[in-house]
Amino acid sequence: MEARTQNGVILTLDHVTIKFGGLVAVNDFSLDIRKGELVGLIGPNGAGKTTVFNIVTGQYTPTSGRVIFEGRDITGWRPDLIAAAGIARTFQNVRLFTGLTVLDNVLVSQHLRLKSSFLSAAFQLPDYVKEDEDARARGMDLLERVGLAGLAKEQAGSLPYGQQRRLEIARALATNPRLLLLDEPAAGMNPEETTQLMRFICRIRDEFDLTIFLIEHDMRLVMGICERIRVIDYGVSIAEGTPQEIQSNPRVIAAYLGEEED
Amino acid sequence: MTLETFIQQLMNGISLGSLYALIAIGYTMVYGILRLINFAHSDIFMVGAYFAFFLVAIFRLPWGVSAILAIILTALVGMIVDRAAYRPVRNAPRISALITAVGVSFFLENLGLVTVGARPKAFQRPDIMARVIPIGPAAVSGVSIWVPILSLALLALLLFIVYRTKVGMAMRSVSTDIETTRLMGVDVDRVISYTFAIGSALAAAGGIMWACKYPQINPLMGIYPGWKAFTAAVVGGIGNITGAMLGGFLIGLVEIMTVAVLPGLSGYRDGIIFTLLLVFLLLRPTGILGEPLKEKV
Amino acid sequence: MERRRLHLVLTLALIAVLFLALWWADTHLGEFPLRVARTGAIYVVAAVAYNLVNGITGQFSLGPNGFMALGGYTTALLILPLQQKQFVWFLEPLMWPFNSFSFPGYLFGLAVLLGGVMGALGALLVGIPSFRLRGDYLAIATFGFGEIIFVLANNLIPLTNGPLGMKGIPEYANVYWCFGAAVVATLVVSNIANSSYGRAMKAIRDDEIAAEAMGVNVFRTKMLAFVTSGFFGGVAGGLLVSLITTISPTLFTFGMTFNLLIIIVLGGLGSITGSVITGFGFALMSELLRVVEAPINIGPIHIPGVPGMRMVVFSVLLILLMIFYRRGLFGQFELSWDWVLSVLRVTRGVREWKRERKTESS
Repeated sequence: MEARTQNGVILTLDHVTIKFGGLVAVNDFSLDIRKGELVGLIGPNGAGKTTVFNIVTGQYTPTSGRVIFEGRDITGWRPDLIAAAGIARTFQNVRLFTGLTVLDNVLVSQHLRLKSSFLSAAFQLPDYVKEDEDARARGMDLLERVGLAGLAKEQAGSLPYGQQRRLEIARALATNPRLLLLDEPAAGMNPEETTQLMRFICRIRDEFDLTIFLIEHDMRLVMGICERIRVIDYGVSIAEGTPQEIQSNPRVIAAYLGEEED
Repeated sequence: MTLETFIQQLMNGISLGSLYALIAIGYTMVYGILRLINFAHSDIFMVGAYFAFFLVAIFRLPWGVSAILAIILTALVGMIVDRAAYRPVRNAPRISALITAVGVSFFLENLGLVTVGARPKAFQRPDIMARVIPIGPAAVSGVSIWVPILSLALLALLLFIVYRTKVGMAMRSVSTDIETTRLMGVDVDRVISYTFAIGSALAAAGGIMWACKYPQINPLMGIYPGWKAFTAAVVGGIGNITGAMLGGFLIGLVEIMTVAVLPGLSGYRDGIIFTLLLVFLLLRPTGILGEPLKEKV
Repeated sequence: MERRRLHLVLTLALIAVLFLALWWADTHLGEFPLRVARTGAIYVVAAVAYNLVNGITGQFSLGPNGFMALGGYTTALLILPLQQKQFVWFLEPLMWPFNSFSFPGYLFGLAVLLGGVMGALGALLVGIPSFRLRGDYLAIATFGFGEIIFVLANNLIPLTNGPLGMKGIPEYANVYWCFGAAVVATLVVSNIANSSYGRAMKAIRDDEIAAEAMGVNVFRTKMLAFVTSGFFGGVAGGLLVSLITTISPTLFTFGMTFNLLIIIVLGGLGSITGSVITGFGFALMSELLRVVEAPINIGPIHIPGVPGMRMVVFSVLLILLMIFYRRGLFGQFELSWDWVLSVLRVTRGVREWKRERKTESS
């Protein structure tokens, strides 16, 4: 992998701009994320944070600029190919497969690595049966590691909110990503749950050897675990730095923290 | 083709196209707001023609009064369908709403078969529609002249409602973002109800004029015009009112002209339109004027 | 895995019992119940596959009548005896190569299979333009496809004999063929639904954007479900024409799709078990409901029959189901061996055995 990444950079956003009709949602946004980093993206509501995520994971194609992942230009790729390339994400408003069980949610993410043909699944041929059993074992193992194994047979939609959030992260992990994008993982959580989540994020980063890029409004989480923070407002980068630097940056205070005090 | 037949066919195509345009509006408006293909819309069209038929034939009302009353009654039917069948499934998965729509469509058709019978009825059209009018070297039937004129007047009225009135503004707002509009204090259900009323009224006008053009009506008469009008809405860019009008005229002209130029294909004319639809979906899936529908992530 | 083998054995045993029962029915029951049973089995073939698209994958297709027509015409052209072909095409001759051969009875299976292949090809043709974009284009494209097939069937006289269709198609579709196809369709579709591919399909149904973000190739997955349904639709069409021994364009109008829609909605969108049960139920019900269309005489009172009343009843049923009982009879529930065994396990012996194990382990 090192050969394909320059100076350990895993993701590069290169002068990315996206327009919807007349609205410039993200304007000339550039960012390098190094392997193993935990980077936060903050900004007021409607600043274009989720749009940045959608560009990285292929839901949107930027009007101009490039997205480079592990040395490959993935601009305009379909979302499923980007997932296969090694980027996984969660959504701001949890988007689980509510009708499926917890285990099946995780197994969906392993589908992209399935080698057996459709016909061998339709007739339950030995190669498919073997692969399916392996996938189930891996899925259970993953649920074990994130503490959801006991709920494997529950319907995902019936889980309490906090566990749905956790399952969504587990589902993303099941795609075997190297870069994980978390969109407001602490939204709707109480302080105690947020503390648990912070520990959880740090743990999975080490255990799964991940690079993490996250959007969050909860300043305690952002300041507590992010090594580097980028601030955007109206689609434009206005600051970047360590948590300490961001907290004392006057532009950020004006645009973002100031707004919260109102 | 002589100039004479060309003019005749052109007028014929334009009048057919204007009818498709009238029906297509109802599909596209409902789709724009609810993301629902209102399969029953084609049968609302049929209901409109029958109302006019009964008002003229049984109640002996003057023609113009019958037409206006029929349009009003059909608008009510449209609102009732929305209230009784679609509103209860508004928050259900989209497929449930689509299935309900198919059910309503089948219900109206078969209710028609049961109550008025499958045998076509002769529609008494007003004299001005039947009269033949000379245009240059060609003799064109009154239908081919009056239908486009009346349709264009109705379309202009519709554009006025949608772009110049408060109700129209509410409709456009609901189609952009239903939840936000609700938060602004707009009674979304009522706006949807009006949308059904307007769409159904236009379909009824279309149905009555259709019956003037092809003066045999039966309970299944809406199926083909309905689907072709929906095709027109897709070709024009679903959700886009101007697109639906354009698509309607385009489909009408293509249908008439293919058969006029290649009479051997007349048996295939319905097939040609649907083939055109498949080709359009393949080459330009968003239609002529449509923008890709982006779902919010 | 032990459990899988057990399920396989149980399934085979059930199929053996089913065919024994069929053998009994075939020799003891009259023409009418057998006919209803065969019709039901054919509905099952088409409905389980249709449910794979509408219920499991959540895509609204109105296509089965078109695929059934493709399969029906293909099978009919292959098995119609040469003599009958000459008799049927009296206005224009039947085109080559169909005018030069006819499948003997023992190749009926192949003829039905080829009907299925044609159905699958049709699905491929409609699926490609329809699935390129998110949205409900499938509904209109599949409807349009059905109409194109209808128009072709009416006009391509050298191939279809136009509106007159064909008569005297050999009645090869006995109970064994019909139920055999129903068993295969049910097993294959439920295998798919429970496989990794099926999970991807259900993921698309629940949240297409999330499925795609998790690496599911949405286009390909939808196509797989759709082409499978086209295949079994074609098979069902082939069986149907050999059951009723005639074919004409009106056999495969939108009404056929409407029947199948009722079946899968009533059984529960997404429940294959449900479709199997309501498939048979519908065949029976539409026979019984003929009563409402026939004239009734109660003593001196004469109520004339109302043709079309059945469809009014069915359409009202469909609307009411959607409003008040959306999940249908079975929701997304599946009758599985695990479920059956867990129910049977309530028996005393197993309880005791469990209690023993508990005391041992504690």
